Amino acid sequence: MKIAVCVKQVVTREWPLRVDEARTWVEDRDASFEMNEPDAYALEEALRLREQHGGEVVVCSAGPARAAQVVREALARGADRAIRVEGGGLAAADAAMVAEALAAAMRDEQFELVLTGLQSDDQGFAQTGVVLAELLGIPHATIIMEVQVADGRLRVKRELEGGWFQWVSMPTPALLTIQSGINQLRYATLKGIMAAKRKEVRVVEAAADLVPRQEILEIRVPEKTKQTHMIAGSPSEAAAELVKVLREEARVI
Amino acid sequence: MDFRPTGEQRLLRQSVREFAETELAPGVMVRDEAQSFPLSLLPKLGGLGLMGIQFPERYGGAALEAVDYCICIEELARVDPAIALSVAAHNGLASAHIHLFGTEAQRGRHLAPLARGRHLGAWALTESNAGSDAGSLRTTARRVEGGWRLNGSKTFTTHASLAGTFVVMAVSDAARGARGISAFIIERDTPGLVPGRKENKLGMRASDTAGLALDDCFVPADQLLGETGRGFIDAMRVLDAGRIGIAALAVGLAQGACEAARRHATQREQFGHPIASFQAIQFKLADMATRIEAARWLTYRAAWLKDRGRVTTRESAMAKLFASETAVRVAEEGVQIHGGYGFVKDYPAEKFFRDVKLTTIGEGTSEIQRLIIARQYLDADA
Ligand SMILES: Cc1cc2nc3c(=O)[nH]c(=O)nc-3n(C[C@H](O)[C@H](O)[C@H](O)COP(=O)(O)OP(=O)(O)OC[C@H]3O[C@@H](n4cnc5c(N)ncnc54)[C@H](O)[C@@H]3O)c2cc1C
Ligand SMILES: Cc1cc2nc3c(=O)[nH]c(=O)nc-3n(C[C@H](O)[C@H](O)[C@H](O)COP(=O)(O)OP(=O)(O)OC[C@H]3O[C@@H](n4cnc5c(N)ncnc54)[C@H](O)[C@@H]3O)c2cc1C
Repeated sequence: MKIAVCVKQVVTREWPLRVDEARTWVEDRDASFEMNEPDAYALEEALRLREQHGGEVVVCSAGPARAAQVVREALARGADRAIRVEGGGLAAADAAMVAEALAAAMRDEQFELVLTGLQSDDQGFAQTGVVLAELLGIPHATIIMEVQVADGRLRVKRELEGGWFQWVSMPTPALLTIQSGINQLRYATLKGIMAAKRKEVRVVEAAADLVPRQEILEIRVPEKTKQTHMIAGSPSEAAAELVKVLREEARVI
Repeated sequence: MDFRPTGEQRLLRQSVREFAETELAPGVMVRDEAQSFPLSLLPKLGGLGLMGIQFPERYGGAALEAVDYCICIEELARVDPAIALSVAAHNGLASAHIHLFGTEAQRGRHLAPLARGRHLGAWALTESNAGSDAGSLRTTARRVEGGWRLNGSKTFTTHASLAGTFVVMAVSDAARGARGISAFIIERDTPGLVPGRKENKLGMRASDTAGLALDDCFVPADQLLGETGRGFIDAMRVLDAGRIGIAALAVGLAQGACEAARRHATQREQFGHPIASFQAIQFKLADMATRIEAARWLTYRAAWLKDRGRVTTRESAMAKLFASETAVRVAEEGVQIHGGYGFVKDYPAEKFFRDVKLTTIGEGTSEIQRLIIARQYLDADA
């Protein structure tokens, strides 16, 4: 099976976020970066499918030059080769623009299965995979917890709300967006890290005419406020009042 | 000059850190209290490549360089110095000795299982009467039909009760002093190779340390390691590299102790403020961080020189001396910053403080490092 996994480089969760001067993105000049978490699970799922069914895992990433580090990591964990779409504007690009950049570089490869993370840890749109599927002209399914392959078809388990699941059968080629935590990630071994140096990375310049569909006007940090509301009265009166407040004002019960 | 880690080195640090935090952190105190190195860790360490970090791939190693090796040991020591010591002794002593001075056949037969993590290696130089003065060994190797017979006893051998492969130094020609010592490879379960009493230690308790008796132990001729009479000289070369590993261990341990102190200082409030807001605590943390940084770069430089094929006797000794004494100081200040909580086992400061003392003793005490440095310094000026 020829599998593509899309991975994004995002600012690490430990990084203390500060809004940049233009107030349209975060200050990431000295930030440390990591592989977007759901993407790491997508990669692991792809490696497991390859172990079961054979084939090839190609890691695809769109981003600025520094994204080479997550590509290297994916190769060290076991991907066979990489396609890296480079473009300065891709760091904070919207989902459609990233998907267009990826689709242009991936189309000719004729992947049988494309895996992406469910969403990215930075903007959290959960759109890139879906738009990419449309651009590649293949069906997709989202929030996938389990993937089974048999006779050229897929059976996938989707997460619904409230602890419900749905099994879906679909043809290949297809695109799946993978949920975090569905498998156990492997480590990049010392040998894997060395071997990654020798693996093929095809670097593609992003097309110059990509246009953003979305503009960030301003980023605002939610303000923390705390109000203390003292409830007076006898214990039974106070309890009744508390329940009323929780139900009608806070709407938590 | 370029002080930046490569992309591979950043990835290596990230991967070993992830491994240490996931696989080692949960059991740190359990292993310490039980004084045991769980052999169940071997496949995990070996799987990652940590049992053969610098050896060529044809022997199952990961073929990394000395600077990379430092990064691995540092990251293990940041979480569990005892496991880092075992990994460093396995890689840097027994395995390194076979790799450096073994024949092709010996490497294939004895190094490959070590590098793959099939079993642990032990390296026995120290004896009860020959510690710092390692040239005055009493264990003897007598030439017999088809090989050698070894008699004597060793002390403080890391992994003596657990190892699969031992490298043992013994006197093959008493008349020639340090030039009459040879090295031998001995496999576990060889008749006459008897692990002795396990030490009950202050720190590094999860790393096995025990005595070793050689009771008329027959070693076939093809298990002589290196040339006859070169065993001590070769051992000193092994230690030149091994000391870089202990320096890296000290740096990682200090890093772990410093991070724990920083965490505590920002969380602990006294007099209505986090204690990190007091200048007395800030200055401690500033000194700790600065010294660690200096120790780290001294260590990396020794490793960098080694990677370029240089003899690093002086640089290794300097790195080991400075890094280990820095680590002792940092671990002590770590306890101090924790106050009473640094004195109890619920916080990591206490264990770092116990473990750290080995670093100024093992693979040559601080005094011996100073002797080595002084000798090199005075000779160079003469
Ligand atoms: C946990 C642990 C693991 C070890 N693992 C191994 C191992 O795997 N293999 C192995 O062979 N050994 C091992 N050792 C032994 C270690 O290398 C020795 O303990 C060390 O070299 C010191 O020797 P000693 O203990 O005999 O101390 P001594 O040599 O008796 O030293 C006592 C004190 O005297 C000082 N001193 C000695 N000579 C001089 C001098 N000329 N000038 C000034 N001061 C001097 C020393 O610096 C020290 O402060 C291990 C030790 C420990 C504690
Ligand atoms: C074995 C043991 C036995 C004990 N027995 C008793 C006992 O019998 N009875 C009893 O009441 N207590 C006892 N204690 C408690 C002991 O007195 C306290 O641990 C000690 O006073 C330190 O307080 P702390 O642990 O809360 O540390 P903290 O007060 O949190 O101090 C942490 C660090 O911050 C520093 N620091 C704090 N404030 C400042 C400041 N303003 N400026 C600069 N630095 C500051 C401290 O010097 C220390 O380095 C015992 C403790 C131990 C470990």
